[in-house]
Amino acid sequence: MHLLVQATIVGILIGGVYALLASGQTMIYGVTRTINFAQAIFAILSAYLTYTLFGALGLDPLLSVLVLVPAMFVVGAAMYMVLIRPLARSSGELALIVLYAIGIGIQGLLDLVYKTNTRLITPSYTDLSWTVAGFQIPAVRFFACLLAVAVLGVLHVIRLRTKLGRALRATAENPVAARLLGVDVERTSALGMGLGVATAGAAGAVFGMIFPFNGNTQYDLLSKLLSIGVLGGMASMPGTIVAAVVLGVIESVVAAEISPDWSAFSFLVVLFCVLSVRPQGLFGQRLRGAL
Amino acid sequence: MFTALLVALPLIIGQHWQVNLLVFTLMYAGLAAAWNLLGGYTGYPALGHGAFFGIGAYAMAIGTNHIGVGAGYRSFLLVLPIALATGVAVLPIARLLMRTRAATFALLSITVMFMVQTFAYNLRSLTHGSEGISVPLAPFPATTFERPFYYAMAALLALTLLVCWAVRTSKLGLSLNAVRDDEDRARGLGVQTELVKLVAFALSAGLTAGFGAVWAYYVTFVFPGFAIDPLLSLGVILMAFLGGRRTLWGPVVGAALIVPAQQYFAYRYGASHLYLVAYAALFLLVIYLLPDGIIPSIAARLTRLTRLTTRCAHTPRAHIADSIADKDSITDKGERV
Amino acid sequence: MSTLLAVEGLRKSFGGIRALDECGFEVPEGTVTALIGPNGSGKTTAFNVITGYLPADAGTVAFRGNPVRPDPCRLQRLGLGRTFQQARIFPGLSVLENVVLGRAQPWHALPRLRVSGTDRHRARDLLEEFGLAEHAGSHAGTLSYGQRRLLEFAAVLMGEPVLVLLDEPTAGINPIMIEAMEQHIRRRHAQGVTFLIVEHEMRLVMRLCDPVIVLDRGRLIACAAPAEVQTDPRVLDAYLGD
Repeated sequence: MHLLVQATIVGILIGGVYALLASGQTMIYGVTRTINFAQAIFAILSAYLTYTLFGALGLDPLLSVLVLVPAMFVVGAAMYMVLIRPLARSSGELALIVLYAIGIGIQGLLDLVYKTNTRLITPSYTDLSWTVAGFQIPAVRFFACLLAVAVLGVLHVIRLRTKLGRALRATAENPVAARLLGVDVERTSALGMGLGVATAGAAGAVFGMIFPFNGNTQYDLLSKLLSIGVLGGMASMPGTIVAAVVLGVIESVVAAEISPDWSAFSFLVVLFCVLSVRPQGLFGQRLRGAL
Repeated sequence: MFTALLVALPLIIGQHWQVNLLVFTLMYAGLAAAWNLLGGYTGYPALGHGAFFGIGAYAMAIGTNHIGVGAGYRSFLLVLPIALATGVAVLPIARLLMRTRAATFALLSITVMFMVQTFAYNLRSLTHGSEGISVPLAPFPATTFERPFYYAMAALLALTLLVCWAVRTSKLGLSLNAVRDDEDRARGLGVQTELVKLVAFALSAGLTAGFGAVWAYYVTFVFPGFAIDPLLSLGVILMAFLGGRRTLWGPVVGAALIVPAQQYFAYRYGASHLYLVAYAALFLLVIYLLPDGIIPSIAARLTRLTRLTTRCAHTPRAHIADSIADKDSITDKGERV
Repeated sequence: MSTLLAVEGLRKSFGGIRALDECGFEVPEGTVTALIGPNGSGKTTAFNVITGYLPADAGTVAFRGNPVRPDPCRLQRLGLGRTFQQARIFPGLSVLENVVLGRAQPWHALPRLRVSGTDRHRARDLLEEFGLAEHAGSHAGTLSYGQRRLLEFAAVLMGEPVLVLLDEPTAGINPIMIEAMEQHIRRRHAQGVTFLIVEHEMRLVMRLCDPVIVLDRGRLIACAAPAEVQTDPRVLDAYLGD
């Protein structure tokens, strides 16, 4: 029982990081109707950059977020303008495959620069943990989750309280109507993609402190992201966050109770069970552009 | 003529690395053609064909090791049963996947691949996990070792192209194309969309598994990271796109261009990861500069040429008013849920 | 005159909006029935629910006297065809193939020839009738919007339906095309096909249709001959009122 609770705590903490990463994916899906298959590699890229900033300048990973988030925002917005916008007229699948290719291309670059041995960012508090009521709370994961909550909070405020947020939601709801109502859909989409990639930047920085990573880690991360997307219903922000935390907990509990080998798999099983009953995911509306 | 060339090629060039290159070219041509059944004709962006390739490879490895079907040429007898069995075995998963569309489908298809990879890593008693599983080395003469594999790949490619051709010229192909263009309307016209999609999925997955089986026997070693490779899907899609994904020969042309280039890269720059970058860059070039692929582009050029030379008396029917009407027709189809 | 299509107690909500609210009406056999109503009165939603493209929250649909489970594919086989508001065709296929697809095939016909001799023959006849024969070999995507509407209609007729649901057959096309469309509907009607038409062009409705069904906010408010409907105060209210 103690083990179970302990695993749940760790799972919730890591679930926060997944939620951060996945919320970016959800935002990008909202404005472009395509899944960002490069979301995972942007997180890895950010992890590597954090690693370098930490190694070369001694910049604390939690502070490097301040540099990486704006940088990744620019990268995401530029990527939309240069690569995704020209495809807007063709089917969404093409953009998706393009993003997948971009992901693999970036992985190739990272492998060239950093080689393929796994890295881990180890600030002074790596092994620090607190004991609260008999349960271990690892500092790194705690900080990571705290950061995730903070960034998600900012995103929430942007989405609900700002003009950009309204434009983002309108575009996600119905681009044609949004355009008619005077929303600059293209600019909004670019900014939305920028925000989405920026969350990958934030998530990557802390991810690199929790898990050892290399270029190939993107597939592991990608499979988690995609699972969260399906379970959460792709376009629903609350759905995404709940799904992410559920994933974190299932993963961590299975790892503790059964075997770490099957932790990722267990979630996929849950995913497929859910989908066989509700093809649209737990929170999603039907994802078919029927009529 | 193509067949004759295919048969004669390994007899003309004897260099090991050259035949090796041909084996891989044929394999990728076949994989791309098999993917095209689902990705091209049906328009479902499948990203997880590495899963079926891996299943085929593991089935071959386990079959030759545990069941003992015999060595040498007799091992090739396993290929077709593996392809068939995979085609049937994927049906339940296919049913689940085919209920989703577009982005969700792409996402689930790649998820299936990760699941298969997890199995390969963790069902150690069967797959030996991350150590991989070796296939008994084929007892073929060293001087012409690649030749049987070459012919096996060629035969399988021929079979795949035959299947593709049969699909294209049948009602099945027409129904699949209708699904690609507008699945909902196809249903409304009485097309049994569920059924035809399942058939396309099974054919595509089964043939892919067949190539995986031959591949496993050829490389004699199956390891989860190589047998179930996310890059395989991308490479195959790239080839289909490059050649022309709505055509019969497009995937073959694409493979014939890319595989040698890729092997050259790997050979020239060693095990560097530059080819990942090159792959991605080439892919982007193809998508943005040649979105229809090589064969349709050439075909368009040719028809334009013949039209010019035959000097059709008809002036091109330029429906100016109609093209204006066309602009209006771009409505919000698919935006509403 | 028997009832071909009977709809009863149909309900459908999108979020909080009731698109259909206890909606019920009948289409008598051998008529050209119109389904009209102000914007947002649930006409297209009714089409989509009847043909199974949207699941209904409640209600029943009976076709040829038997209750049916709304499923587009099955209904087509029973003899119910429909067109869409946006003139949906298969742009990547040839015009001829577009029409051929309209003829439903049993599963065991799938291995047969893509376009058989009989298919071609019948499709040619239809294309001839609709004035599209010269385009038979070209991509449907190259057709004009009006031609697409005709093509979509022709493809539906290929399935030899007894009832055709037309969703705004004249929307967005020029007056000459509208007239052509009317002639096609009349000719097929004379051959015994029943029509249910959603239409905004009132002059056409008054010329062509009888009876006229009027929906407002997802409910049936009138069903009568065109002349009566024109003077019905409830109908005027629905169109002109708040």
